[in-house]
Amino acid sequence: MTEYLLILLGAVFVNNIVMVKILGLCPFMGVSKKLEAAVGMGAATTFVLTLGSGSSYLISHYLLGPDLAYLTTLSFIVVIAGIVQFTEMAVEKTSPSLYQTLGIYLPLITTNCAVLGIPLLNVQAKHNFMESLLFGFGGSVGFTLVMVLFAGLRERMEGADVPGIFKGSAIAMVTAGLMSLSFMGFSGLIK
Amino acid sequence: MLGALLVMAAIAIVLGAVLGFAAIKFRVEGNPLVDKIDAVLPQTQCGQCGYPGCKPYATAIAEGAADINKCPPGGEEGIHKLADLLGMEFKPFGGETVPKPKAVAIIDETTCIGCTLCIQACPVDAIVGAAKQMHTIIAAECTGCELCLAPCPVDCISMAPIAESVTNWKWKYPVYALTASK
Amino acid sequence: MRTLYQFHGGIHPPTNKTQSNATPIAGAALPSRLVIPLHQHVGNSARPVVEAGQHVLKGQVIGMAEGHLSSAVHASTSGTIAAIDEQLVAHPSGIPDLCITLIPDGQDEWIARESCEDWTTLSHSELRHKLRAAGVVGLGGAVFPSDMKLYSHKQKIKTLVLNGAECEPYITCDDLLMRERAADILQGAEMMRALLYAEEVLIGIEDNKPEAIAAMRAAVAAGGHQKMDVIAVPTIYPGGGAKQLIRVLTGIEVAAGVRSTNMGVQCFNVGTAYSAWRAIRFGEPLISRIVTITGNVAHPQNFEALIGTPMNELVAQSEQLAGTTNYIMGGPMMGVPMPSKEVGVIKATNCIIASSDAIFPKALTALPCIRCTRCADVCPSELQPQELYWFSKAKNLDKAEDYHLFDCIECGACSYVCPSNIPLVQYYRFAKSEIWARDAGKKAADAARERHEFRESRIEREKREKAEKLAAKEKAAQEAKAVQPAIAPVKPDADPENTLQLKIQTAIDHAKEQAAAIKPKNTEQLTPEQQAQIDDIEARRARIRELAKDATPT
Repeated sequence: MTEYLLILLGAVFVNNIVMVKILGLCPFMGVSKKLEAAVGMGAATTFVLTLGSGSSYLISHYLLGPDLAYLTTLSFIVVIAGIVQFTEMAVEKTSPSLYQTLGIYLPLITTNCAVLGIPLLNVQAKHNFMESLLFGFGGSVGFTLVMVLFAGLRERMEGADVPGIFKGSAIAMVTAGLMSLSFMGFSGLIK
Repeated sequence: MLGALLVMAAIAIVLGAVLGFAAIKFRVEGNPLVDKIDAVLPQTQCGQCGYPGCKPYATAIAEGAADINKCPPGGEEGIHKLADLLGMEFKPFGGETVPKPKAVAIIDETTCIGCTLCIQACPVDAIVGAAKQMHTIIAAECTGCELCLAPCPVDCISMAPIAESVTNWKWKYPVYALTASK
Repeated sequence: MRTLYQFHGGIHPPTNKTQSNATPIAGAALPSRLVIPLHQHVGNSARPVVEAGQHVLKGQVIGMAEGHLSSAVHASTSGTIAAIDEQLVAHPSGIPDLCITLIPDGQDEWIARESCEDWTTLSHSELRHKLRAAGVVGLGGAVFPSDMKLYSHKQKIKTLVLNGAECEPYITCDDLLMRERAADILQGAEMMRALLYAEEVLIGIEDNKPEAIAAMRAAVAAGGHQKMDVIAVPTIYPGGGAKQLIRVLTGIEVAAGVRSTNMGVQCFNVGTAYSAWRAIRFGEPLISRIVTITGNVAHPQNFEALIGTPMNELVAQSEQLAGTTNYIMGGPMMGVPMPSKEVGVIKATNCIIASSDAIFPKALTALPCIRCTRCADVCPSELQPQELYWFSKAKNLDKAEDYHLFDCIECGACSYVCPSNIPLVQYYRFAKSEIWARDAGKKAADAARERHEFRESRIEREKREKAEKLAAKEKAAQEAKAVQPAIAPVKPDADPENTLQLKIQTAIDHAKEQAAAIKPKNTEQLTPEQQAQIDDIEARRARIRELAKDATPT
C-alpha cells in the first residue's frame, strides 16, 4: 500500500511531469491563460492519461510481449489517438465553449509528449497494472496541479505592471522557470 | 510479422468500434457556440460585417468562416471578448472597418415624405410612421446601424452621435505619473 | 445604558469642525440669480412647467416630478424666470445639464402655503404625496426621494435610525441644525416613524458634538417623545455611513446586496426629517438647506442657503481669502471638485470647502502598491481594497465585481491610509461606472436582439399568411372553374401581363384624379414667408419626382 502511495505522491510532486521531467510544455504554455481552460485541459488530460496508461499496459503486457516490443511506440500512439478522439467528442458534446477554448490543444494531446511519455516510462520502470494506472493518474494530477497554479499566476499577471518587452510569453517563461525551481524543493520528499 | 499485423488490426478494430459508438452517442445537434457568440455581439444588426445580421455573423464565426474583427459597433472591447470566448488571439480592426462613436438616427421631419422605405429597412422596428405620414425614430430603440440612411429617397435621415450627459457620464481612468519623488 | 457595537476598520482624520461650528446658522443674503438644476435627485429629471419670462412666487413648482422615482423642484424665491437652458451644475463631470435660471425680485413673496396643524389626520399616502410634491429628498448626500423610502408594506420596519453622526471632517451643518432646531427634527422623526410603523427611533450622533447631543436630549424630554433615544456614538470615520451607523446602533450587519429595510431598519438624515416636517406642517417645499462654508475663508460658518444660490456668492459672505483654487462640494474624504465656482447650490450640497494649496496640498506622487493591506485593515465594508485596486487597474471588471466592488461606499479610508498615495477610490469609481455602462449596453443589445427576432418572425409569418391566402384563393377559383366550366372568362384572349398593366394604369389615373381633386387646406391666409416655404417644398418634390423618374429601371 505504501508503495502505491509513494508512486502517486512521487508522480504528483517529486517527478512532476511538467516541472521536473519538462514534458508536455506545449499545453502548459498554450492553455494556461485562463483558469477555466486550464482546469478543463487538466481534466481532459487526466482522463486520457489514466485510460491511456492502463490500456497501454495491457497492450504491452498481453498483446505485444517481448517479441513485438518494437511495436510499443506505434501501438501506444494509436491507442492514445483513439482515446483523445473519444475525449474530443465527449467534450464537444458536454462543454462547447471549453471545446472552443482548448481549440487545437485538445487533438494535440495525441502528440503531447507527457501523454506518450508516461506509458513509455511505465514500460521502462516495469510497473504492474495497478502501478501503471496510479503513475498515469498521479502524473496527470501533477500536470493539472501545475496547470492550475500557472493559470492562476498568469491571470494575476494580466494586471501587473510588466515592463513592455517582458509582456506576454516572456514573463510567462520566466514564471515557469521559477515554478520549476520551486518544484525542485520536493526532491527530498521521497528518497 | 503476421503477429504484428494481427495485433495492429485488433487494436484498430477495437478503437474503430469505440469511436463509432462515440460518434453516435455524442452527436452534436446544431452549434451551441453560436448563441454564446451572439450574446457577445452588440445586436445592432447593421450588416457591417458582411453578414445580414448578428446571428448569421455569429454562425460564421462559430464555423470558422469569419474573422472576429469584423464588428465595428462592438469596438475593440468586443473583439477582446470574442477572443476570450474562443481562445483566440486579439486581432485589431483591418484598414476599412473603423469603430464610430455610438449614434442614433434622426429624421428631419420637415423633409420626410412618408414613403415607409426606412421602416422596412429598420432591423429593430425603431421607426414609427405610416404611408404618406411623417415618420419618426424611437431613439431609445435605435441601435445606430445606419441601414435606414440608404433607402431614404429624400436623404432626410442623419446620424447624431450620442452626447455625454450627466447620467451616462463615466469616471475616467486615473492617470498619474509613476516617478520617484524628490 | 445601551450596548453599542463596532464596525470593521475606520480611521481618525483631523475633524476640522471647530472652525465652523462656533457661530449660529446665518441666513444667506438673497443672491443676484439662482441656477436651479432640474435633476438634483436620484431618478428621473423633473419636467419644467414654467416658461422663460414668467414671474414665479417663492415655493412655486417649477419642475414637476416625472415618473415613478422622481422629485419636484421649486422656485427658491419670488422672481422672474430668465432662462431654461443647459448650465454647468454641481457635478464632477463638468457636463452642462438642464437648469432654470431665476432672477429674484427682492420681494421674497411666498405662494399660498397649505399648512397642516395635525398631520395624523392625513392618510399615509397623502403624506407621501405631499412629500413628493414638496421635493423632499435625502439630505445626507444620496438625494434619494424620501417618499419612496417611507413605505413599510413589504418589510416590517422595527427601527428608524436618524443619522446625525456627521463623521466627515469639516462639515457641521447637521450639528448646527440639531443644536438650533432639535424640536422640528423630532417632529419629523415622529411622522416618519408613523409612516414606517416603526417601534423605536434611534438618533445616532458622534460624541464630538456634545452640544447637539444635549440639545436633542433636551428636546426629546421636552417633547415627551416615547421610545426615542439619542445615542452618542464613538467618533470614527466613516461612522456616519448608513450601514456603519446601523451596525453601531443595532448590531445588525446589513449583508452585501441587501437593503437595510429587509433587516427591519430604515435610516434617514436629520436634515431630511427636518425638511419633511417643514413640508407637512407649514407647507414649505425644500427650497433651502443648511450649508457649511469652510476652508480658505475668513469666517467659516453655516448658512441657510436657497437652492440654486451660486456657490461663489455664498462663499463671499464668509469672505473668501486669496489663494482659493476651487470649491469642493462635500467633505475632504468623499467630496467632489466643482467644475466652476458659479454653479448653484443643490439639495445635496451639505458643505462647500474653499480649497487652497495650503489646506489640500497637491497629491503626492503615487507609488506602486506594496500590498501592505493597510487599506483592508481600515475598510468599513470589510473588502480587500488592494485586490479591488489590482483588478480595477487592469480593467478586469468581472474579477472586481467578484470581489464585491459594489459594496464599496467610496468612503476614502483606504486612500487615506495608503502609504503609496494611490488614489484608490478613483479606480473604484472608474470600475463602477464602466460596469454600469457595460451592463446598460448588454441590456440594450438584448432588447435589440429581441426586437430583431420578433421582426424576423413577423415577416416570416406575414409571408406565410400571404402564401396561404393566395393558395386558398387559387383553390377556390379552381373549384369555381370546375363547377361552372361553361361560363367563359371576361377577356379570354387578353394575355395576363396586359391586364396587369391595365390595372396599374387605372390605379395611377385614379390616384391622379384624386390628387387633383384634393385641395390643400388652410392655404387662404398665408404669409409670404409660408408661401415661400411651400413653394420651396413643391420645388423639392418636383426635383425628387424627376430623380425618381430617372432612377426607374426601363
